[in-house]
Amino acid sequence: MFFVAAALALAGAFGVVVLRNPFYSVLSLVVHLIALAILFLLLHAQFIAAAQVVVYAGAVMVLYVFVVAYVGGVEDDRDRDPGVVGQLGPLFALFLAVELVIALLGTGLSALDTGGAEIEAGFGSPAEIGELLLRKMLVPFEAASFLLLVAAVGAVVLARKRRGLPDEGIV
Amino acid sequence: MDVAWFLVVSALIFCIGAAGVLTRRNPLVVLLCLELMLNAGNLALISFSRMHGSGDGQIFALIVMVIAACEVVVGLGLIVGMYRRRLPVDVDAMSELRG
Amino acid sequence: MSATTYGWLILAFPLAGMTVNALGWKLIGGRTAGWIATAAIFGSFLSALGALADMLDHHEEERIFTDALFTYAETAGFKAELGILVDPLSLFMCLVVSGVSTLIHLYSVAYLESDEGYSRYFAYLNYFVFSMLLLVLAGNLLILIIGWAFVGAASYLLISFWYRRNTATAAGTKAFVINVLGDVGLVIGAFLLFSETGALDWAGVFEGSRDAFTTNDGTLVAACLMILVGAFAKSAQLPLHTWLADAMEGPTPVSALIHAATMVTAGVYLIARTHPLFEQAPAAADVAAIVGTATLLFAASVALVVTDLKRIIAYSTISQIGYMVLGVAVFAYGAGLFHLMTHAFFKALLFMGAGSIIGAMGGIQSIDRMGGFRRAMPFTFVTFTIGALALSGFPLLSGFFSKDEILAFTLNRGGWYVVLAVLAYVAAGVTAFYSFRMVFRVFFGEPVPEARELEGGHIAHHDPANPMTGEPEDTDVGFPGPEHHIAEREWPMKVAMGTLAALAIVGGAVAVPGLTDTLEKFLEPTFHESRHIEEHPSDAAEYMGLAVGALIGITGIFVAYLLYIRRPGRTLALRERFRGVHDFLERKWYWDELIDAAFVRPARAAGNAGRTVVESVLVQGVIVGGATGAVRAATSLARTLQSGYLRAYVLLLFAGAGLLTLYFLIAAS
Repeated sequence: MFFVAAALALAGAFGVVVLRNPFYSVLSLVVHLIALAILFLLLHAQFIAAAQVVVYAGAVMVLYVFVVAYVGGVEDDRDRDPGVVGQLGPLFALFLAVELVIALLGTGLSALDTGGAEIEAGFGSPAEIGELLLRKMLVPFEAASFLLLVAAVGAVVLARKRRGLPDEGIV
Repeated sequence: MDVAWFLVVSALIFCIGAAGVLTRRNPLVVLLCLELMLNAGNLALISFSRMHGSGDGQIFALIVMVIAACEVVVGLGLIVGMYRRRLPVDVDAMSELRG
Repeated sequence: MSATTYGWLILAFPLAGMTVNALGWKLIGGRTAGWIATAAIFGSFLSALGALADMLDHHEEERIFTDALFTYAETAGFKAELGILVDPLSLFMCLVVSGVSTLIHLYSVAYLESDEGYSRYFAYLNYFVFSMLLLVLAGNLLILIIGWAFVGAASYLLISFWYRRNTATAAGTKAFVINVLGDVGLVIGAFLLFSETGALDWAGVFEGSRDAFTTNDGTLVAACLMILVGAFAKSAQLPLHTWLADAMEGPTPVSALIHAATMVTAGVYLIARTHPLFEQAPAAADVAAIVGTATLLFAASVALVVTDLKRIIAYSTISQIGYMVLGVAVFAYGAGLFHLMTHAFFKALLFMGAGSIIGAMGGIQSIDRMGGFRRAMPFTFVTFTIGALALSGFPLLSGFFSKDEILAFTLNRGGWYVVLAVLAYVAAGVTAFYSFRMVFRVFFGEPVPEARELEGGHIAHHDPANPMTGEPEDTDVGFPGPEHHIAEREWPMKVAMGTLAALAIVGGAVAVPGLTDTLEKFLEPTFHESRHIEEHPSDAAEYMGLAVGALIGITGIFVAYLLYIRRPGRTLALRERFRGVHDFLERKWYWDELIDAAFVRPARAAGNAGRTVVESVLVQGVIVGGATGAVRAATSLARTLQSGYLRAYVLLLFAGAGLLTLYFLIAAS
């Protein structure tokens, strides 16, 4: 099960990077997200997996689709010439990957070789998440909600028509 | 499965996302690759949470998701704004901070 | 009131006069500013008389008074206070200065009447008198230096009084620069003295020098030489004399006051005041004697040929001060100071007469254009001639007694001083000659058009112009006023000149050898511990000296008479025959050119070199340009990082993160 999900996730990731059409990239990401949700399930994080599917794949990606449709999802030849950075980029990412894997596998952290610590039955359930959120992690919770508020205000401000400024033909 | 495998997957996804950010010129795709990287981080968090057996990591991952959502909102708003003002929707074209 | 209270009053009056004139000049109209100033100085003179009365009340041994108003600073070993010293020497100087100043102020009241800067003039004049009195009454080196500097500043202000005249401002600057040179010398001398004696007040310095120095001690000689530098600059002795002739650019009363009677005598006063030091360092005194003699010869020779009336009198002043310096340098203090007093009388008189003549000439100062004013200006003629007679040392006039007493003392010292005395006698003959050159050229001969006009009843008028260069001017503020005044028409001028003429005649009475020695007795408390006070020439020697001097004086006058009256064209012929000598003398022995070549040109060249080489190349090019160039180069390297490309920045970000991870990886293994 793990390998299937992992393979799907990696395939989705590749798809995002490699596919030319942004619309296809978005779809690829959705696949990736669902695979990731399965991986979360394997790790006993039920609530997070559900949230991932509903919020991330559901809401955020839908938003993306809207924007891609608005801005232009057709393939263009802009990505033909990646330039120096574009050539260096993948090389560098490879280097980073190798490094990280070495770091992980070579590490002395013994706990990594196990399947994980002992867990009770309610681990990862919504009840547990809720309790943690409202007790131990109250401050981050509130801060996150504040951040959401700011983002919402920001979105409104960004979308506003600016009076007085010459709009060169707003579409 | 050993937790380590999950972490390896997370690392790989992160690097693929990084490569994507460096390679692609369409800002939408760049944002998507950013999402990839954030997701990789989430996976790592959840794995560690499983390793320690505490729910803190999962809460952290939830918050990260919130952040990702906010970032997407603002980023997409910027892209839409760029498009509306008929600016080229291309990462390389925005080089006014040059010099 | 005590003598020192009078002393403070002496200082307070001119200060008050200056303040009133300076601050209230808009409110004061007509001649009032002049009367205020004159009254102030007269008040000072009366205070000096009061101090004299108080001083004479005391026994001879107790005639030295000091007083301090407040202490500026007092630290270990150093006490700076505003202190005055009222003793016979300073009181004598105060009387001369304030007395002659009163008369000159009176003269100026009428002379400068039409000048736009009338009140400013009197404010400056009062400031000058205040500074001079401060200098003379100074009780310690500090106040002396302050007074010295003030006097220099006043001189500058007054020389460039007609400030829109370029020649005047240049002259003022020249005077000031040379004065500053003297100031530096004086200050260095004061430092040396203070460092060795630890005292600033006169008594402390003199006592301390007795203990600290042996005779002709190196430091003491150096200090005295530095003091001499100051004295020579102020008194216009060689080589620091070039400013005095140019200082004639100032109004004539200024020339009378500052450059005849008072400021230029400050150097003589200084040497007389510091006489214990000079007696302990005879080497420096000898230097002073030689310089004095050289100056008096040099200046007399130049006065033979220059043609500007005021400049003849200026060179005469330089020459006569040479006599005074010689006098105090051979330790004949009474004689030197006596000559100071008589010279003040007749020189101021001569300048006043010159002012009157120049007024009659409508502003022209060259004697080549003058002649035959005898009938048109009788009063000026008589007073001017009296002054010239006194200057020549005509028997029984004041100059006769004073000058010859100096020479008698010099002869008395014997040795190589005899050479100095002989040279001085020669110069005396020359003095008589050029004095009467002036008299004969101006007052005798065919009357010039201006004289005829004056005989007809009104003063000649010429378009206002610079008397030296002929440049046209106007009569607004900064230039002389439109009207010219002569003594015959203005009573203040008459009174002033008349008083001085009387003093020039009878002033000698205070020190007739063998008959009166009022002056010497009066000055004795100051000089009593001088070793040389008893080295008085015998009466016979003095009478001999007087006879010789009289003879020389009369000979000089006679020669002048021959050349100018009996054979009028002779001097022109002589000038043609001795063209070289004449030009050499007229160019003042090329001193100005010498100083120009030795100091001015190198300074200018250095400045230019500084500007072109150091400033342009070194500072601008290397340091400024180099610094900015280096910074630019370095930053342009950094700029390449700022490509503006988002992806490049991201790459750098990841590269950094990767390297960091690598580091930790390696460090951990």
